[in-house]
Amino acid sequence: MTRPLPPPKKKDPQKRTRAPLVPPGARSRAALRMTAAAALGTFRLQVCAACGAAAYPPRDACPKCLSVDLAFRDVPDGGEVVAHTTVRTSTDLYFRERTPWRVGTVALDCGPAVVAFLHGDVVVPGRVRVAAKLDKAGNAVLIALPESETPHMRDDPLLRELTASPKHRRALVTDGRSAVGRALAAALARAGASIVFVGAAQLWKPFPEEAELRAIGNIEIVPLDVTDTTSVSELAGEIGGKVDILVNTAEHVRPGGVLSRDGITTMRDEFEANVFGLTRLAQAFGVAMRARGADGTNNAAAFVDVLPVHALANWPEFGAFSAAGAARLSLLQCLRAEMRPGGVRVMSVFTGPLDDDWRQTVPPPKVTPRQVADAVVRALEEGIEDSFVGDVARDVAQKWRQDPKVLERELGQ
Amino acid sequence: MTAAPLEALLAGLASGEVEVVDLTHTLCPDFPVIVLPPEFGQCQPFRIEEVSRYDHRGPAWYWNNISMSEHAGTHFDAPAHWISGRHLPANTVDQLPVRDVVGPAVVLDFSTECAGDPDFVLTRAHVEAWEAAHGPIPPRAWVLFRTDWSKKVGTPDYVGLREDGAHSPGPDAGAIEYLVRERGIIGFGTETVGTDAGQGGHFSPPYPAHFILHGAGRYGLQCLANLDRLPPRGAVVIAAPLKIRQGSGSPLRVLALVPASPQVPS
Repeated sequence: MTRPLPPPKKKDPQKRTRAPLVPPGARSRAALRMTAAAALGTFRLQVCAACGAAAYPPRDACPKCLSVDLAFRDVPDGGEVVAHTTVRTSTDLYFRERTPWRVGTVALDCGPAVVAFLHGDVVVPGRVRVAAKLDKAGNAVLIALPESETPHMRDDPLLRELTASPKHRRALVTDGRSAVGRALAAALARAGASIVFVGAAQLWKPFPEEAELRAIGNIEIVPLDVTDTTSVSELAGEIGGKVDILVNTAEHVRPGGVLSRDGITTMRDEFEANVFGLTRLAQAFGVAMRARGADGTNNAAAFVDVLPVHALANWPEFGAFSAAGAARLSLLQCLRAEMRPGGVRVMSVFTGPLDDDWRQTVPPPKVTPRQVADAVVRALEEGIEDSFVGDVARDVAQKWRQDPKVLERELGQ
Repeated sequence: MTAAPLEALLAGLASGEVEVVDLTHTLCPDFPVIVLPPEFGQCQPFRIEEVSRYDHRGPAWYWNNISMSEHAGTHFDAPAHWISGRHLPANTVDQLPVRDVVGPAVVLDFSTECAGDPDFVLTRAHVEAWEAAHGPIPPRAWVLFRTDWSKKVGTPDYVGLREDGAHSPGPDAGAIEYLVRERGIIGFGTETVGTDAGQGGHFSPPYPAHFILHGAGRYGLQCLANLDRLPPRGAVVIAAPLKIRQGSGSPLRVLALVPASPQVPS
């Protein structure tokens, strides 16, 4: 049984911080499709369109009938562990530092026998469910989990390596003035974060949200304005070495597109907060986080950005805001690659329209702050790279995968 | 004209008999700006981005790019800033006569009255009472309204935002009418974020200082500092805005030349 993870001791300042290492990163294009599925938190294998056989590991032709029509599909995740071993040493530096490491063969109900990492609570032989999760190099790996939840299951060291659980970690939420930021601070505290730093901009303005934030406990309110480089770098100077999870909830939203506005003043405000704000946070905090990717129990684990799903395709009613979202999405892709050597996950949480003043005239369904907060915590606990919150976000994402041009026309009707 | 007056000034500066007082707040990103309803265009606060600092971006030099509203920090309002001044000639900062930017200053000290009342309204009666004590306001003067509000910078009391809007002292229409029409002032300067009271939008006309001053081609100065270091009269203010083409105003360095206060023998 997994033992509950104890809170980390204070760091010994005389010891060098362990440099992050990542497992081998190269994958075939076929294997990257499995990574893409794992990034969404789904378990998909190739299923042959000709003979129906499921295949693993990913390949270019069906091992049964040689058809090349192998698409990734959701498959049942159940299986039986038939053999296991414990790796005690390795020539690979990443694994060498993390042994012993349990590995086993799982006969999947959907057909293939797969080699998977084994969660500490997996009993051999026995039933398991297999999940595809992203490793520190950002690639899909398979992990066999106990069929039903076990006590302290998330504290398993292997599972913790494949996720970014808030437990015992120190989080920064960038905007405590927003309802999403407040809900998120509370959700992270509930999920076991040892402290949640909550940013608040323009403290010369009234701060009625302060009481609600303070009631959460485990909170420290810090001055932070993502539109101000000085403010971001000053905060990073103070707490940059102890932010393990950064969640950017800063958002400047106004209705309007290109022709429906006069000039770029408002668009500049949107880009200042949504695009350059993200950049400032990444530049100020990202380098230290990347260097702390293997810094013990409370290592730097994730940089999360909450962004509009219309980053994928423009919604002209909020056209400029969508454009800022698109820039944000592109920056996150860049940042993901840049943070990967540190094993720090960059997560995107795409939301549909929030239920707030600025989207007052937008018809439902709209997203509540609590939904966003829960999605962020779930992404962290499950290690999901791209999450979609609310019906609109899921619908837009699905249509985008089917045909971005059709989606563009639908949104622009 | 002989050079004598300037020589006297220089001699005064050299001897310390003329003191230079900085009436300017430091431009910094967290300095408050005026808050408008969010559906309107917003005043951009001061921002600074480092270009290089003796590093790989520029090994031997340090410099920054800055951006801000024309109305950020200690700043100047030109007549064109307000709708009432929009048709006046030379109503922008690039065109205004430069002789206007140097002038005598009188300081109307109502800091005691404001201390207990963030909604203190300066009326004609207050101005007349001040004149009764200190003599009439000279023509073409800068009238500086001392509230000690500059000491509240950095606290929520500076702008004084509440659910019903901002709360900070300012003049009513009667006071500004009197200063403009009967005293021919060149401009009106405040320590607060605007020349009008925080609640000035509810006055008649709305924002009377802006409306009347700029309608009459006069200027505004706001976010001033160190007014408590000026005498009630006798100082000279130098307030030259940046020469922005068609600019409605500008951040600026406001200086006052002040007769040095007599030293108390120790």
